Amino acid sequence: MKERQGLAAVLHDRVIPVGTILLVIIALWYVFAIILNAPFERDQAARANTTISTSQLVANTMAQERPVLPAPHQVAAEIRKTVFDIAPTSKRSLIYHGGVTLSSTLLGFAFGTLLGILLAIAIVHSRTLDKSLMPWIITSQTVPILAIAPMIIVVLNAVNITGLLPKAMISTYLSFFPVAVGMVKGLRSPEIMHLDLMRTYNASKAQIFWKLRWPASMPYLFTSMKIAVAISLVGAIVGELPTGAVAGIGARLLAGSYYGQTVQIWAALIAAALMAAVLVSLIGVISTLVNRRMGVRP
Amino acid sequence: MTVVALRPKAKIMADAAPKNVIDVKDLSLVFQTNDGPVNALSNIDLAVNSGEFVSFIGPSGCGKTTLLRVIADLEQPTSGSISVNGMTPSQAREKRAYGYVFQAAALYPWRTIGGNISLPLEVMGIPKEERKARIAKNLELVNLAGFDKKFPWQLSGGMQQRASIARALSFDPDMLLMDEPFGALDEIVRDHLNEQLLKLWAKTQKTVIFVTHSIPEAVFLSTKIVVMSPRPGRIHEIIDCNLGSERTLDIRETPEFLEIAHRVREGLRHGHSYDEAHL
Repeated sequence: MKERQGLAAVLHDRVIPVGTILLVIIALWYVFAIILNAPFERDQAARANTTISTSQLVANTMAQERPVLPAPHQVAAEIRKTVFDIAPTSKRSLIYHGGVTLSSTLLGFAFGTLLGILLAIAIVHSRTLDKSLMPWIITSQTVPILAIAPMIIVVLNAVNITGLLPKAMISTYLSFFPVAVGMVKGLRSPEIMHLDLMRTYNASKAQIFWKLRWPASMPYLFTSMKIAVAISLVGAIVGELPTGAVAGIGARLLAGSYYGQTVQIWAALIAAALMAAVLVSLIGVISTLVNRRMGVRP
Repeated sequence: MTVVALRPKAKIMADAAPKNVIDVKDLSLVFQTNDGPVNALSNIDLAVNSGEFVSFIGPSGCGKTTLLRVIADLEQPTSGSISVNGMTPSQAREKRAYGYVFQAAALYPWRTIGGNISLPLEVMGIPKEERKARIAKNLELVNLAGFDKKFPWQLSGGMQQRASIARALSFDPDMLLMDEPFGALDEIVRDHLNEQLLKLWAKTQKTVIFVTHSIPEAVFLSTKIVVMSPRPGRIHEIIDCNLGSERTLDIRETPEFLEIAHRVREGLRHGHSYDEAHL
């Protein structure tokens, strides 16, 4: 009985609202696919000196080989083909490319999170670093990543660092920022009273950190990690663009745009979005588990 | 003194002369604010003996909490001298001479009640087995036995504050510094906790310094009431108050109680605490 209540609640709270929005998006997508792809069909008909019925026009707009905007089912078919029908080792498999992007995303995210936390710890414990580091951290994010990414790749290539690491560094560059900013706030979040309490115990700085600042910062950590992991994925994809479309979701996007393969581009985009959604919800799950351990009121 | 006690905190008050634990002489504290200096404390003289229950009473801005925080080494005086257990407040704090109870329970929300009581013990490096024993003992002392696995939000405000008292007592300090600990609770809970605190005090023989703005609370609990007045924060009068060790809430109807309460109120009035300008 209780089980069903839980299930019904999930259905009511999650599935129905999210599903409704999804349906609306798909419906709008179809509408725009028809509107955007129709001129091409009309041109074709005009060139062949034939007229085309509206129903035929609508059917054609959803079955073009290189549509301006591919219809959802075309993208779905492309994803199914490149995920399930092609061996994951093949260079045409989306699994292969997704795996390449995922590995540099995760590596960059791990470095970025670690770097962000370390910077935040340094900033919280030193007034000098607070004053000197923080402006640089903020400045770092005003540099357009599209401009700096090729430089990182080229410079690292020159010193014989290739493959995963340069791309991961771009992810790190993007993802350390939300973690650093979030954790500075999180590590400073304990109330004065909680800090005074530690002072009355004559606690050391390390004890204050591990027993108060660190646990108090957990909600901030997970929130910023959610942003960081999504932005890491963006970084990894951007990092794949200047490498000459070797491998990864970014390479798929670039190759698709070279050859006008809009269906391939959209399939890669949707795959990237799904990957980001899975990564963000994974962090959400970890956050829930940690919250439960920390006795957060359900 | 040649008191070489077998127990480190042997209570020898009965026949020995009362030991002075807090000695404040001509102490002042000026806060520098954006609106200019504020005389939070001005020429304070105060002596507290071991085992006493001393209340600081006065309106907001009279410096009662500031004085408590100076004793706790959470604020630094501008001039004058203060000794706690014969040491400077900072040395006393480093020796963990006191347990501090804040206005709010200030329990760490991610720790269970047991975990919260364990916190000072962990900081002080007490081994796990000993910690367990002390958690159980102190929860018993505040009538919260069996609640050690609960998280703070699962307890009522009164229970949370009792847990915070257990936490302050867990490392067995000589002194308990309490800053309006029951101020945020309703009167029924407050009455109940006052009775419990009195029993606790009788049982543990600790020196208690208690900040309050409730006259009945001060008279009911204290052996000595320090009436303070604002702007500048200073001691107006110190009233001795001992209504016997076996007090219950009924005592608040007796003439002795009302007499002392009246004196406290008169003291507050003469200290201009009821002046329109200060309200």
